[in-house]
Amino acid sequence: MSAPTPPARLGFGMNQRSPQSTIERTEQDNGQDNGQHPAGAESLLPSDAVVDLAALRGELGIDQVLTDVEQELVGLRQVKARLAELAALLVVDRVRERFGVRTQRPNLHMCFTGSPGTGKTTVAMRMAVLLNRLGYLRRGHLVSVTRDDLVGQYVGHTAPKTREVIKRAMGGLLFIDEAYYLYRVDNERDYGQESIEILLQVMENHRDDLVVVLAGYADRMDTFFRSNPGMASRIAHHIDFPDYSVDELTRIGDMMAAELGYAFAEETRVVFQDYLRLRRAQPRFANARSVRNAIERMRLRQAARLLEQKTVDYTDLRTLLPVDLQGSRVFQADVDDSGDRD
Amino acid sequence: MRITQGTFSYLPDFTDEEITAQVRYALSNGWPLSVEFTDDPHPRNIYWEMWALPMFDLHDAAGVLMEVNACRTAYPNHYVRINAYDASPGRQTVALSFIVQRPAEEPGFRLDRHEGSNRQIMYRAHSYATERPSGERYRPS
Repeated sequence: MSAPTPPARLGFGMNQRSPQSTIERTEQDNGQDNGQHPAGAESLLPSDAVVDLAALRGELGIDQVLTDVEQELVGLRQVKARLAELAALLVVDRVRERFGVRTQRPNLHMCFTGSPGTGKTTVAMRMAVLLNRLGYLRRGHLVSVTRDDLVGQYVGHTAPKTREVIKRAMGGLLFIDEAYYLYRVDNERDYGQESIEILLQVMENHRDDLVVVLAGYADRMDTFFRSNPGMASRIAHHIDFPDYSVDELTRIGDMMAAELGYAFAEETRVVFQDYLRLRRAQPRFANARSVRNAIERMRLRQAARLLEQKTVDYTDLRTLLPVDLQGSRVFQADVDDSGDRD
Repeated sequence: MRITQGTFSYLPDFTDEEITAQVRYALSNGWPLSVEFTDDPHPRNIYWEMWALPMFDLHDAAGVLMEVNACRTAYPNHYVRINAYDASPGRQTVALSFIVQRPAEEPGFRLDRHEGSNRQIMYRAHSYATERPSGERYRPS
């Protein structure tokens, strides 16, 4: 076996180190370009052409996506407006491409702030699917993590851990719940800082591969951004999730009950609104999450009530009566401060 | 001498797009991937160093490419390969394995003959690269 010097091979990015192969590569690329260019040029529109936007909207299924969101999410006007804008940008970008104007993908990293139970995680899940359907994400899965999944226990543990999470989220959406815990003000040697630095790097270099969503309470998020200006500047969309009104919560309750195969009787709805008004005034109210708990308790009381009857029919099984809610401790005058009150 | 091994040994080296396509195929079959590197080109050297842990639960090829590029940056003059494991037979089985980086210059091998008792000839492949200590092989001098 002899050892002749091989001719420089094309292929791996690393071969660019040798100038000879770089030239060959460029020439080959040019050759390919020349082969493809006429085809590309044909599909380009002349600069005085007019494009039918409505048809393109239909083709991309944008209206379908937006109607789905409108129906499935109660309230959240800001979120819906932002989605509509993103969808519009997608359509416009497609048209621009047809005129030969190429644009970088928009920065999609987001920050969701709001009280507990205002739908941050739910929206993130929807957002992943939507961005996938709009063509911004390749796969559209959601990887939901907290500090524990990103930050390691000892020196050298954090980087591989964070990178593993990032790799899993590639092509989808990385949802970091209560992101401010990544940064501990009181301990400057905390490993969270390392994790933040890796995240920043990935948010910058892999913009096409994943979307990072940070979520948490508004005030703590502010503190977090103030101590990490790099993070703040890389996030383009700050979306606030306001607390729901009683009407919105009632509609959410309706939808949750329907999902479980129940329906409110007409009078129940009135009692439910009274319940929500009382419950909102009490501490530890968690918006939609409290509604879910209330419905769970109603199911239990309904089941107990039905067992006392001799027979039941389909309507009985489906219907939640005011009585099922009135047993709640929220309606009792002497509510103490302990225990659950849903 | 160009070292060849693994699944696509008869093809020219892959571009990053082609690597991505192969990784996507592996992921679509549910095979976890791992990145390995070495600077010992001997064909019997099957134990390459692992670059981090095998990557489970991935959905997208971009994550694997990220590791490949990290390994290329750390070891620009080493061989780097990607392995895909198929666990469905119930044991660790390599389903796909191919080289994604090779040194710019590969000096190749020398055949040594050793005459033993009864004029029996033993053959041995000697890699020129291994004449330098590990880590310094393939470094452009």
